[in-house]
Parts: sequence; structure tokens; C-alpha cells
Amino acid sequence: MSSRTLPLLFINLGGEMLYILDQRLRAQNIPADKAKKVMNDIITTMFNKKFLEELFKPQELYSKKALRTVFDRLAHASIMRLNQASMDKLYDLMTMAFKYQVLLCPRPKDILLVSFNHMDAIKDFVKDTPSILSQVDETYRQLVEMYTTLSSGEFQLIRQTLLIFFQDMHIRVSIFLKDKVQNSNGRFVLPTNGPVPYGTQVPGLIRMFSCAGEEVTRRQFSNGGNYTAALREGSFEIFGDRVTKLGTNMYSVSRPVETHLSGTSKNSAQHTKVNVAPNPLAKEELNLLARLMGGLEVQKLGNADSGFRVNLFSTDEEEEEALISRPDDLLYGVINIQATKDQQANAELAKIMGEFTESGDQSPSSISKGDDLLAMMDGL
Amino acid sequence: MYHKEKSIQIKNSASALYNNLCALRIAPRRLTYFTVVHANVVNMVSASWDGLNYSHRQLQSKEPNVATSTSLIMQAAFCSLPSRDLLVVTSQKGIQVYESDGSIMVYWHALDIPETQTGKVASKLDFPCRFLSLGISTGAILVFDVPSKGSNITLSDVLEGHKESITDMASECCGGEVCIADLVSADDGGNLCVWKSGEEFKLLNHIPGFDISCSSVKLWKGTVVAGYGTGQIRLYEAVTGILHAEVNAHARWIYSLDIAPYSGLLLSAAEDSLVRVWHLTMTPESQSVEIAHLHNECVTDTQICGAKFCDADGYAFAVTGYDLSEIIRYTQS
Repeated sequence: MSSRTLPLLFINLGGEMLYILDQRLRAQNIPADKAKKVMNDIITTMFNKKFLEELFKPQELYSKKALRTVFDRLAHASIMRLNQASMDKLYDLMTMAFKYQVLLCPRPKDILLVSFNHMDAIKDFVKDTPSILSQVDETYRQLVEMYTTLSSGEFQLIRQTLLIFFQDMHIRVSIFLKDKVQNSNGRFVLPTNGPVPYGTQVPGLIRMFSCAGEEVTRRQFSNGGNYTAALREGSFEIFGDRVTKLGTNMYSVSRPVETHLSGTSKNSAQHTKVNVAPNPLAKEELNLLARLMGGLEVQKLGNADSGFRVNLFSTDEEEEEALISRPDDLLYGVINIQATKDQQANAELAKIMGEFTESGDQSPSSISKGDDLLAMMDGL
Repeated sequence: MYHKEKSIQIKNSASALYNNLCALRIAPRRLTYFTVVHANVVNMVSASWDGLNYSHRQLQSKEPNVATSTSLIMQAAFCSLPSRDLLVVTSQKGIQVYESDGSIMVYWHALDIPETQTGKVASKLDFPCRFLSLGISTGAILVFDVPSKGSNITLSDVLEGHKESITDMASECCGGEVCIADLVSADDGGNLCVWKSGEEFKLLNHIPGFDISCSSVKLWKGTVVAGYGTGQIRLYEAVTGILHAEVNAHARWIYSLDIAPYSGLLLSAAEDSLVRVWHLTMTPESQSVEIAHLHNECVTDTQICGAKFCDADGYAFAVTGYDLSEIIRYTQS
């Protein structure tokens, strides 16, 4: 499958995460300056130069576990804290939203437009902070460089790789249910009406030609849908009208974010047992993860006052209840790196952490940061 | 024209891969094998014609010499050679050939594609001669010589006709008549190559594409039927490259084409949730082929990834869709 999928997966999921956190911060009336700091800290970490370098290298997609671990770390890159249940729900929402966007993209290349929509919104979040803005701009350039020259077939391969990653996920999201883009069985509505993709003709015409190349017959057939002509093409430049609404922020303070987990356990019988077997590649994945997360700085909480907890549910009781009642087949099993008895992996990890704390990091507690980092990961 | 029958449940949902359904009819035992790919697993179902017995088997893609390595499967397809039927499973790492019931691995071939290349591999099936050919992401086509018995399959030729990744290949399925061309290959740029098999394969024609990926291709009575990412179907005369017909068939990327050779029925399926049935007729007077639309079936809210006729007359067909854990069947009314 495609080895260029990871950057798109990460940026789009990251974008969705920021939309949701932004909504929750406003819904919980977190003071504006604190909220802004949270968003800035997360975005800074997301677009860390070394991190992105690792990300953009051609490679296979990470496992669901590994990716979830990366996002756990990212969500904790600020003074904001999330409980396990809220983190689970955040991840459910992020993944279902991006799955929806990938499925509904009219053409595979439109996934790039969706990514640009996320990038445009991220840029808007940090428009007042020039240092982060330049990181974001650099990422735009990398995206344009890597993806705008790919053929439609290569984009389809990226899309197919993403769809394999999202296979069998049918978590119901209340915003999607309300807007009738998702059915009560968790499957997305695929309309047989509306504009056709750019480059496609409305189905219905058969043209037949003579051997000399002249059109001799035209016939129409009924296409079983209600299609209209394609809209104009969205812009693939750093600035421009993307045309598609997929990837734009669908949350607002008045539209709460809820997921329904009951009913999905019906599918547990269908889940392949193959994934449950211990993954012999876990060690290699851990090393990759360590290299990747070497670039992710974790915020050390200075004092108890500055940190605060964000709840993805309406009440604390609901959050607790959600943690207890989460169906088995939806447990994410976040990687607990310390738990591996593998000395080499731990040594490797410590070495990488050490490298990053030594290389120009201004924090006074840099020596102990490595230990804190490992300790932090224990808690994941 | 067709009505829906009882679906066959499969153990996993189908992955979004081109032509992700294959069927093999075993008339003497009155059953049909189906294969559907899910990530790194092939789901095989053997369905008896009376609808009473179903048995399942799962094959995982593994390299025999690397115990812990698994890779994603691109395609699992039945290869009907004159003397035997084989199941060919192609993954990112190479190809594995099994007996048609998936019981024994007969042969494997590892691909040495450098890390920088995307590991896409397309399998080709249904060869009238002894050859099994395999298209890979570099555009090369590997040809294997398959003996009528045993596992002495050997790589006999490498065909260079494409510069882009091979997406699909098809052999002539006119059912025994003598044909000039017997293999067509398609690539990501929409280019088509028409070949004649033999001791040495000969490139008969190259039909250029328009930078639109051709995801599915079939060859019937000297006519190439090609399905494209824009939802178009085109019919070309294989040897000359003359365009006979162009159909704005689907609103989304076409994922699968199939032909019922005895009746000339054509099945097309796409991401737009629709399966369409067409009729191809040869018109000897004008030396061309005509296409007429017969029927639509909509599989609601499903991006279809595989559609196959279950028999050579097109009396019944089966469909798979992304995230769907069933094989949906339709029979003529």
C-alpha cells in the first residue's frame, strides 16, 4: 500500500482534534488566555520540525495502537489534562470524522483539499503567533511538494490505505446522526445525488463510434440517481478556495460532541481474531515511535494551579460511567512503553530522550526531563 | 431483470481494493468458491448451489521464510488453467499460489522491490495457456510457467510495456474460440497494452491513456473493456486500438468489471454504490461492438469493491462492498 499516507493521516486527525478541543474549551468557559495557550502549545508540538521530518519519511502506516499513543502525547503537550474516558472519546470523534471525510471525498485527490482545509483552520488558530505560523507555513510547503505531483492512481492508493486503517469502525457520532450523514447502524450515508467529482461526467450517456472515429450513435440510460454537473476544482496552492466543505470545522458551542458506544458491540463477533495475536513487529514499531516522540516535548506542570482538566462529556459522572462501560472491542490498548521488559527498546528510548534534552533545550530541568518523559509514558 | 437473493456472511469485512471478489464454479461438486480480501487475510467461502452448506477458510499472507512478517494483500484471485485451478494471492511482498481450495501452498515468489517503490502488486488470472502473469508497481509484468501438475512453477519472462504501476490484467475469455490477442494489461496512467502469449510474449498494441487510472480491464472476443477512475467505460478493439464506444457509466471511481463470456453480459461496479449490467454485442457488418444498458442495482450506502458473475451466462452475480461483511447475490428473475 502507499508509503505516503502517514502525514495526511496525522495532519487531518490532528486538525479534528483541535476543532474538538477548541469547542470544549469554549463550552467549559476556560479563560481565553489559557485556552489560547493550550491551542498554541499543541500546535507547536504537532508541527515540531524533527517530528515532521520523521513523519514525512516514506513508511508504512502505524498500527492503531501506535497512532493513538502519539495523539495521547500530543493532547498532553499543554497544561490541559484529559481523563482516559475523555481521551477515548476524543479519539473516537477524530477518527470517525476523518473516516467520514475520506469516504465522502468525491475524488481521491480531494483528500489533499480536506487536508488543506484543516491546515487553513490551524493557521487561523495561530495567526497571532508568528513563530508557530512559520512552522505551519513550512508544513504547507512540504505538503505541496510531496503531494501535488502525485497521480490520481497514487491518491487512490493512499485512500485505500486509509480505508484499511479505518476498517470496521462504526462508532455513532451524534452530530453525524443529527445531520443524517450517519445511519443508526453507524454506517455513513453515501448519497446518489449531488455534483459529480471534478473530471467526471454525469452518468447516462453511451456514445458509439465508427472505425473511422466518427460518432454514429448516442443513447441515454437512466443512472438511478440524481446527479448534477461537477463544481469547480478546489485550489491546491498554499492559499486558495478549497471548494469542498469536508475538513472544515463542523463543531460550535451550541452543538455538543457526543458519541454512542452501545450497539457497536454487536459487531464484535465479526472482528477478526488475527489482530488480537501478539504483534511480533511491536519492537520495531516501538523504536519508530520512540524516534517520532523524541520530538514531542511534554509540558511539565509548573504548579497545580496552571493545569486544568477538560471533560469531553457533560458531567464528571458521565465521564466516569463512560470509562467503566466501554465495550471490550473498543479498547485502544495504548502502548505502555515502560511495561516492555525489552531492555534494548528502553535503552534506545532513553537515549533518544537524552539527545533531545541536550540539544539546545533551554529548560532548567532538562536533565530530569528524560526521566519525567519516561515516567509520563508509564502513565499512558 | 435481477432480484436479490440471500447474502453469504463472511468472517471479515471487505477491504477497499479493486476487483475484491473472485468466484470459481466447481460444477462436479455443485459448489462455488468465493474469495474476499480483508487487509492481510483472504476470506474463502465455499457455497453449495442448493444454498444449504457454507464452509469458511481464512488464509493469512505470510512469507514462508520469515515467520513473523505479515503484509497487506492486494488481491486474491482464481486462476483457471486448462488442467487445474489455482488460487493466487498477491501481497506487497510477493505472490503465493495455493490449490484452489486454499488447502496447500504450491509456490511462492518474493519480490525484490526496493524500499523506495510503492509495493503495489496486481494479479492476473484466467489464462488460457499455461501462463500466470503478475503485474507489479514498476510496470513490469512477470510471467510464470505453470505445469499441469505439481509445484514446479517457474518465472519465465518479464514483460516491459508499462512505466506506471499495473492496476489490472485480463486474458481473453471468449471461451475457446481462436483469438489474436490473449492478454491485456492496464496501468495507473490509463495506458493499455495488448499481448499475444507464447514462448515469447509479443506486444501487439499499446493504447495510450489520458492520465486517468484504469482500475479494471477485461478482454472479450478481441474487444478491450476498460473502466476508469472518472467512472467511464471504454471499449477498444484490442489489436487496432480503435475506440468503439465510450460510456459515462458511473459517478465515481470504477472498482470492478466482469464479463459473462457466453452471453456477452458486462457487469460494472463503482464507489457510487451502483452495479450496472450491460450487454455487449458484436456486429460483424460494421466490424464493431455495441453496448446497451440493461439494469441497475443500488447497494445503499456502500462503496462497492468487487462484482463478479457466478456463471458464464451471467445468470447470477455477486457483490462485495467496503466495510461490508457479506457477499450480496443477485439472480435473474
